[in-house]
Amino acid sequence: MNPIEIISAILISVGIFFLFAGTVGLIRLPDLYCRMHSTGKADTLGITISLTGIALYNLNDGVTLVSVLVSLKIMTIAVFWFIANPTATHAIARSAYESGIKPWTKEGTVEVDLDEQRAKEQK
Amino acid sequence: MDNFILTASIIVSLICILSLYRAVVGPTDVDRIISVGAIGTKTVVLLLLIGLIYKRLDMFIDIALCYAIINFIGTLIFAKYFMRKGVL
Amino acid sequence: MRFLVVFIILFIHWIIWSGQFDAFHLSLGVISCGLVAFISSNIMFQRSDFKELPKEALRFFTYLFWLYWQTILSNIHILKIVFSHDMYDRINPKVVKFKTFLQKDSSLVTFANSITLTPGTVTIYIKDGRYYVHAIDESVAQGLPGDMEKKSGFIFGEEHKNG
Repeated sequence: MNPIEIISAILISVGIFFLFAGTVGLIRLPDLYCRMHSTGKADTLGITISLTGIALYNLNDGVTLVSVLVSLKIMTIAVFWFIANPTATHAIARSAYESGIKPWTKEGTVEVDLDEQRAKEQK
Repeated sequence: MDNFILTASIIVSLICILSLYRAVVGPTDVDRIISVGAIGTKTVVLLLLIGLIYKRLDMFIDIALCYAIINFIGTLIFAKYFMRKGVL
Repeated sequence: MRFLVVFIILFIHWIIWSGQFDAFHLSLGVISCGLVAFISSNIMFQRSDFKELPKEALRFFTYLFWLYWQTILSNIHILKIVFSHDMYDRINPKVVKFKTFLQKDSSLVTFANSITLTPGTVTIYIKDGRYYVHAIDESVAQGLPGDMEKKSGFIFGEEHKNG
């Protein structure tokens, strides 16, 4: 095991741990809006970290033009996913909200208007 | 290192099965769509790990990109359809 | 001008994704990128002047690094909630509405994605310049909209009207 292999193994493990945390949140949290918190954030970070680890391990066999291009492609997927995953989360959340699914709440107050609340506090 | 990659891909497959729970049980249809999107995220990592096992990463990278784009567009289309109809 | 910018962006991606540098593949790339740019260059960019584009791209990529740091912080926040045994005491979800001063589509999208990636908040709806944000507990709900609104307005050259 040379240093590059150790670093990429650590990166892949950390990424898989975040993917696992997102899945646990998907199972445990009470309603679908809260589940979006866990999939939208933990999956985004998990996939970028583990793809960075794979791209680094790909450079292990020797830095040639082909391997650099392959690593560049992997990082392109990571950047694409970093932008696309929040967008997909937003699209699903918007369709759920428009079709009338109410969020799970503890106290019963669903919606808070921050502008009105701040205007009241200033008076 | 090969053993490590094999173990990592097995663990990713187990995580996929774990998120399949929400796709089967999930009370509403939106839960199922979220769960399928999350499984797609894990599948991209799994495809690249399989590419490392077979030492053909340059081939599997194109498959992974196609899968990522199809997963993203599929989620968007599901969201659009669900918004218009209200129910599946 | 718009055609040329779209063609160059597409051709850089062609070179990265094909990985072949002989004359045959490069000429195929020129033909297909030219065709796509000719048909659909007005979909990718709505505007026609590109003097601000390099500055905006630079600011956008520096912003991405800051956003990545925020993503790490939000993951630590969500990890604490998910792996705690008293999860129902820690969360108090509600929908928060607030007004924004942003006008352009690109800055609206950037701000919405930044809200999704920062701790404890997910954008669910944008209508008439009002954001509907799902916040997972009380403290993050009061912290909105934060300084991200100014940052994402600054990337695309928008300023707050009232200073």
